[in-house]
Order: sequence, then structure tokens, then C-alpha cells
Amino acid sequence: MAYKLVERPDLTLAERLYLPAVMKGLSLTLKYFFKRKKFTREYPEEPTTVPEGYRGLPALVTDDEGRTKCVACSMCEWVCPPEAIRIIPGSLEEGNPVEKGPKEFTLDTLRCIFCGLCEEACPEEAIFLTDQYEFCGESREEMIFTMDKLLEIGGTRIKGVKKWKKESDAGFHNKGPIR
Amino acid sequence: MDFWIDDIGWPFIKIFIIANVALMMVALLVWAERRVAALIQDRLGPNRVGPLGLLQPVADVIKLFLKEDLTPGHVNRPFFIIAPALTMMPAIISLAVIPFGASLIIADLDIGILFIFAISSLAVYGITIGGWASNSKYSLLGGIRSTAQMISYEICLGLSVIGVFMLSKSLRLQDVVLMQGDGIWLFGEHYTGIMGKILDWNIFKQPIGFILFMIAGFAETNRTPFDLAEAEQELAAGFHTEFSSMKFALYFLGEYAAMISIGAITVTLYLGGWTFFGLENLGGSFSWLTQILIFAVKLLALQFFFIWVRWTIPRFRYDQLMRLGWQVLLPIGLANILLTGVLKLIFKV
Repeated sequence: MAYKLVERPDLTLAERLYLPAVMKGLSLTLKYFFKRKKFTREYPEEPTTVPEGYRGLPALVTDDEGRTKCVACSMCEWVCPPEAIRIIPGSLEEGNPVEKGPKEFTLDTLRCIFCGLCEEACPEEAIFLTDQYEFCGESREEMIFTMDKLLEIGGTRIKGVKKWKKESDAGFHNKGPIR
Repeated sequence: MDFWIDDIGWPFIKIFIIANVALMMVALLVWAERRVAALIQDRLGPNRVGPLGLLQPVADVIKLFLKEDLTPGHVNRPFFIIAPALTMMPAIISLAVIPFGASLIIADLDIGILFIFAISSLAVYGITIGGWASNSKYSLLGGIRSTAQMISYEICLGLSVIGVFMLSKSLRLQDVVLMQGDGIWLFGEHYTGIMGKILDWNIFKQPIGFILFMIAGFAETNRTPFDLAEAEQELAAGFHTEFSSMKFALYFLGEYAAMISIGAITVTLYLGGWTFFGLENLGGSFSWLTQILIFAVKLLALQFFFIWVRWTIPRFRYDQLMRLGWQVLLPIGLANILLTGVLKLIFKV
């Protein structure tokens, strides 16, 4: 037999009257009406917490001596799907172990889709997606973040690639976990 | 001169006050609906605009005023424009015969309840014409559903109140109010104790009629569990899918105004109207204020019940709705009339 016949239960009079069930439902909703604990988070007063690995605003980071880690290789600029990153490279003064760095680094946050590909592409671990989600402005110009602003947001990350170190320094090849 | 003051001046002032108070109550109800719904669903609801979010309706209305009033090209323009007003009008007019106090009644008609039924039956035109004139499938389906539903439940609404008028022996709503709450007559004796007075309310003398009236009232105001005309899960927004801006607002207003008028009728017929066991005479020459307050408290409690039910009970399926209307409520309504007559003879009320 391809089908199974389901016996419909005979409803009692109380069940067929609907009203007892309606009363039950009403008492249940009334209980929730007077319940004090609510799920609503009153956002600006009660800030939300973002989970670990949240992809927020991308920002540039500096090393322990406050120098930008970026070498203006333009990998992130190339990989960026919405073309939000613009880098103008410049050379640094003689005698540095690093000869190239960004003269200008702009991030158009109106274009950015927070995909995190820049973080993945960066060979110098100089750009990271932070947990920042509150940023807004009143004009388009305001929303194009400059290098100084991005560095300020990014802060310092000591671990990872150390491009300013000479090859002879200890810990130059230390490429352990970054975070 | 008396004609101008008594027949034009006072009624005009009363109309002005009652219509405006009704519209203010609509605004309050919209807020209450959203807050109660939110609290029932473990949320908080609108609480930002003004104290407790009470100014939220003001913000809503400003928003609706500023929205583009879009009239689709495929609609029947004259009817499309007139339909929202047709929904709003009957609900407000019904308030004309409701006694809010001993002398606070716009038109003290001898046929009070018949007037209300005549007018409230017109409310279906606004929905049907709106749905039909929109010339879109969802609107038309909503309108048709509403027509069938209104016809089915109108009968039940009419039958359920007959019992009340068998007891009051008058169709004047003021008489119905005064006959409640002054003590119950049983076997030729007048019981004027507090229990006798409480039991004199029609909700206790006509419990079946009251339940029928409430159910039919929910159907008349197109509210859950009978909001088949809107049924957003199936019909987009039902009959008002094509309406925008203030046309939509008028439909919205009409729905809540209908809720207020049905509530006011229920208070008058079953809950003792503006009386409360002698409390209504408090305040001497300002007793009309006390009477309005008593009426308002009863009305608001009933409106809370309306909202509470809406956020508790899911919508009926269409065939269930029809079966309930014709095969259950109609026979019960008829039986209630017979029962009332028999009990009236037995208890000599």
C-alpha cells in the first residue's frame, strides 16, 4: 500500500467549541505581555558586541615603532573587487632597509564591501579588517578615508612580518600566528 | 433663536468634539497596537518618539503626508479615489448615536441600533470598491473575500443583539444603557444589591449574545482572526495593495475607527455604557465628565482586548470562516433568541 490512512481523532465538545483553546492562547500571550525580560537591545545606549572574525572597516597597522607596515605593493588595490583602495607609492629616504612605502593610501568606504580580500592578499600583513561598524559622515568626501585616519584606526600590531628589520636581526623570519 | 442653538449649535459642537476625540483615539490605538504586539512578542515596540513613544503616530502621519501619492495607470480613478473615504465614513458616523453620557449624544434616535447596522453595512463598499477599482488580482481577491465575509457576519451581528432588545424593550441606545446596572428583576422582585446590579449588565444576562457579538464584531472590523481581506501572506496587502500615502492612511484610520465604533457599541449594549453602579453621578454639575471617563475606561479596556486577541489567534482558513459563520454562529444566534424568550417567560424579567 503506497499510502497510510491516518485516523483523524474525534474532537471533544470543548475542542470543537474553540473557546477554551482561545482562552488558553490568550492567557499565554498575557503571560508574555507581563514578562519583564525582553529581547530588544536598545542599540545606541546598549552597544552590540560583534563576534570574533567580524569583517568591519579595513585599516592599516603600524609596527612597534609607529611605522606603517605597508610597502605599497598594490596587491590589495589589485585584488579589491569594488576598487575601493587607491595607493600612490613613494620612495623612502636612503639608508632604510625598506625603500618603498605608500605616499597616499585612500580607502573609499562607500565602495568597500568588507570582503576581506585585501587582508588576505597583503604579503606584509599591513591591512586588517577591524571590528569597527560605526562610521558615517555627511558627505561623500568625508567617507573616503585617508592613510592617517586608517593608521589611527588600525593601531599597532607587533607580531607578524617585520619589514623594517634587517635580515641579520633576530626574529626577522618570525612568521608565526599574527593575531 | 432656540432652533439655531439647540438644533444647529450644540450638535455641531458635539460632532466636532466627538469626531476629533475619535481620531485622537485612533492615533492612540495605532500606538497601543504596536506596543502591545511588541510586548506580547517579547519586544519593546516604538519607545523613542516622545514619552513612551506616544508621539509615534504623529511621526507616522507626517511620514504618510510626505509620501508620494501614487495612482497606478490601470485603476478606475473616480472609484479608486472615493473608496478610502467610503471605509472611513461609516465608522465615524456610527458614533453619532452612541450615548457617551446622560446628555452627551449627537442624535438620540429611537432606532439607534438599526441606524448603526444600516451604516456599518456600508463599510464593506469601501473595501470592495477599493479592491475592484485597483484592477489588480490581489486587491480584487481581497475585496471579494471581504464582501462574502461581511455578508455572512452581518447577519450574525444582527441576530446576536436581538436578545438585548428583547430585554430592554426599546431600540434607543440610551434606554439600553439606563436599563442596565439598576438591579436585576427576577420573578417580579427587584434585586438592587451590588450583585444584583452587576448581574444586570447585559454581558451577564446575554453571555451567548455577547460572545457572538464579539466574534461577529472582529469579522466586521476585518481584524485577526478574520482579516482575510488583507491576509498579507497570501494577498500582498489585500484590498489596499495599490494605495499609497494618505489614501492608505485613510484605510488604516478607517480600520481603527471601525474598531472604536464596534467597541463603543459593545460598551453601550453589553457593558453598561456610561454608567458604573452610581459612580456616574459623581461630580455634580460636572458629572458628564465622570460619565465620559467611565465610558473611555471601558472602551479602552475593550480595545486592549481587541489588540490582545489579534496577536494571539491565527487567521482562519477561508472555508473555516464560511462554515463558522453560516453553520455555527447563525444557528446559535437563532437559538439565543429563542432561549432569551423562554428564559424571559420563566424568570418574569
